[in-house]
Amino acid sequence: MRGVSALPFALWRFLRCEAFAAVGASIYFCIAMLAIFADRLAPYDPRAILRVGSRVARYLPMSADHWLGTTSSGRDVLSQVIYGTRAALAVGLTAAFVVVAIGTLLGLLSGYLGGWTDRIVTWLADIVLGLPFLPFMLVLAALTHPGTGVVIFTVSALLWPNTARVIRSQVLSLRERAWVEAARVTGCSTTRIMFVHVLPQVLPLAALYGSVAIGWAILAEASASFLGFGDPETLSWGVMLQEAYANQALSRGAWNWFAPPGAAIMSMVLAGFLISRGSEKLLFPKLADQ
Amino acid sequence: MSVLLQATGLTKSFRMRGRDVHAVADVSLTVAAGAALGIVGESGCGKTTTARMLLRLEDPTAGRILYEGADITDLHGRALLPFRARAQLVFQNPFDALNPRFSIRQSLVEPLRNFGIPAGAHAAHIEAVMQRVRLMPAAAWLDRRPHELSGGQLQRVVLARALIAGPRLIVADEPVSMLDVSVRAGILNLLREARDSLGLAAIYISHDLALIRYVCERTMVMYLGRVVEEGPTAALIATPAHPYTAALVAAVPVARVEQNRAALPIRGSLSDAPLAGPGCAFRTRCPYAMPRCETETLALRDVAPGRRAACHLVGVAS
Repeated sequence: MRGVSALPFALWRFLRCEAFAAVGASIYFCIAMLAIFADRLAPYDPRAILRVGSRVARYLPMSADHWLGTTSSGRDVLSQVIYGTRAALAVGLTAAFVVVAIGTLLGLLSGYLGGWTDRIVTWLADIVLGLPFLPFMLVLAALTHPGTGVVIFTVSALLWPNTARVIRSQVLSLRERAWVEAARVTGCSTTRIMFVHVLPQVLPLAALYGSVAIGWAILAEASASFLGFGDPETLSWGVMLQEAYANQALSRGAWNWFAPPGAAIMSMVLAGFLISRGSEKLLFPKLADQ
Repeated sequence: MSVLLQATGLTKSFRMRGRDVHAVADVSLTVAAGAALGIVGESGCGKTTTARMLLRLEDPTAGRILYEGADITDLHGRALLPFRARAQLVFQNPFDALNPRFSIRQSLVEPLRNFGIPAGAHAAHIEAVMQRVRLMPAAAWLDRRPHELSGGQLQRVVLARALIAGPRLIVADEPVSMLDVSVRAGILNLLREARDSLGLAAIYISHDLALIRYVCERTMVMYLGRVVEEGPTAALIATPAHPYTAALVAAVPVARVEQNRAALPIRGSLSDAPLAGPGCAFRTRCPYAMPRCETETLALRDVAPGRRAACHLVGVAS
């Protein structure tokens, strides 16, 4: 019970000491709030084609009515950016969860069991790390049905080795601890030692890699959408950028259309980076001296 | 007295630069039910590796281990559980011996659960064992986590965990070397009391002859993976047969600071020792080394009834 109640407290103390992590966490928090309350916060229906009188309200500049202006088809940019958080979080969280699950499981198995398991996992990780990210996703999208599924699959399939390697090295050092040996002496099965004794110790590290994977997944989704391999039905920042590009928003000087989704993607990726940067001190205290 | 644990020819070797290096070579020992055996030697002499092999935490390269007459050398996984329930370990470093995320209660429940003791009986077992290690009232300790306890208190918990499922043998690997001097006697007495009232056998591993003399009837002296001498502790300390035992005895600190002490009879350090090849491993540091020490590897030979040593001096020079 103590551990459960101590966790939020420890988290709070960590965020107070680590400015980087605090900024990152607040960005995630804001985006999560936007996603949850998107339907109340967005001033317009993001898909509605707005009209001024009888004319479609295309390329309106920023104004009190439309804080970020409108798109070429007369849709409200702010509303689209706000609704885009939902797609971003859906892709980001799903992919991050899969990355963390696969990476942690394989890292745990290969680190604790060693031998053949370790060799196979390490070998697989080396191969996967050699695969180029974007080409892999594009080929996959071309061969199958393009959409968010492909994005999530690509991120999951290509990003797990980073997590797995770090978890593996952590497990390698944990398994030498006396209390792991004590677990063996007191009759714990290998499975129980791995999942009940060792796994909880590496979960914070896994969560950290998850936060980085969120950023990666969103970036991947945006790239895929921008290149036209996304799901055109989804309201995402990548789709917005693609539309802006296709309608030559840049040459029209309609930066109010493409800058906001770009900034949103950047802030999300930045948040993941900041959190990982901030927790470096916590997880690898020796690095701080160098 | 019936034999509880018996090991014959235990060997653990590693390949190093193409050669087999023995961490433990041909160690045989017997522990009778209820008896205490001491294993002494300096760091790196293989005493911990021997203990880990005896507990089946490490696989021996050669040799057999028999528990109550049954060969347990090749058992793994579930087949080993009955033995695990009977042979427990007390760790050297109490600060690392308990899962930092587990409460004291969770750590104590682990062996009960794994050894198949019904959940309804857990509370009674925990209460009894906490009383035995004098952590009373139990309720005040059970929900704490290891970092809230001192070294002495942690070692009591470690001892409680070892005792809770009804073992027959306790292996104590330097059980008090990491503790403050003021709490050492307390832990050793607890262990002795538990052994006396439960009739437990014990193997104490230590570099401290004073401790071994305090708790063990029989003692084995190891040097570089080999047993160089064994016998009743009192006789072994009073009249060491092997020069290395003599050196260990001479190295025991005495409480008189002003008293002049004779220089140690041995020279050099462990790193001078030959790692492989024939001959006595101690010859490079031994004051009595003679030519045949370099060529003949000596087995243990009888010094007196119940006493054996591996040295050419034994039974020849006297």
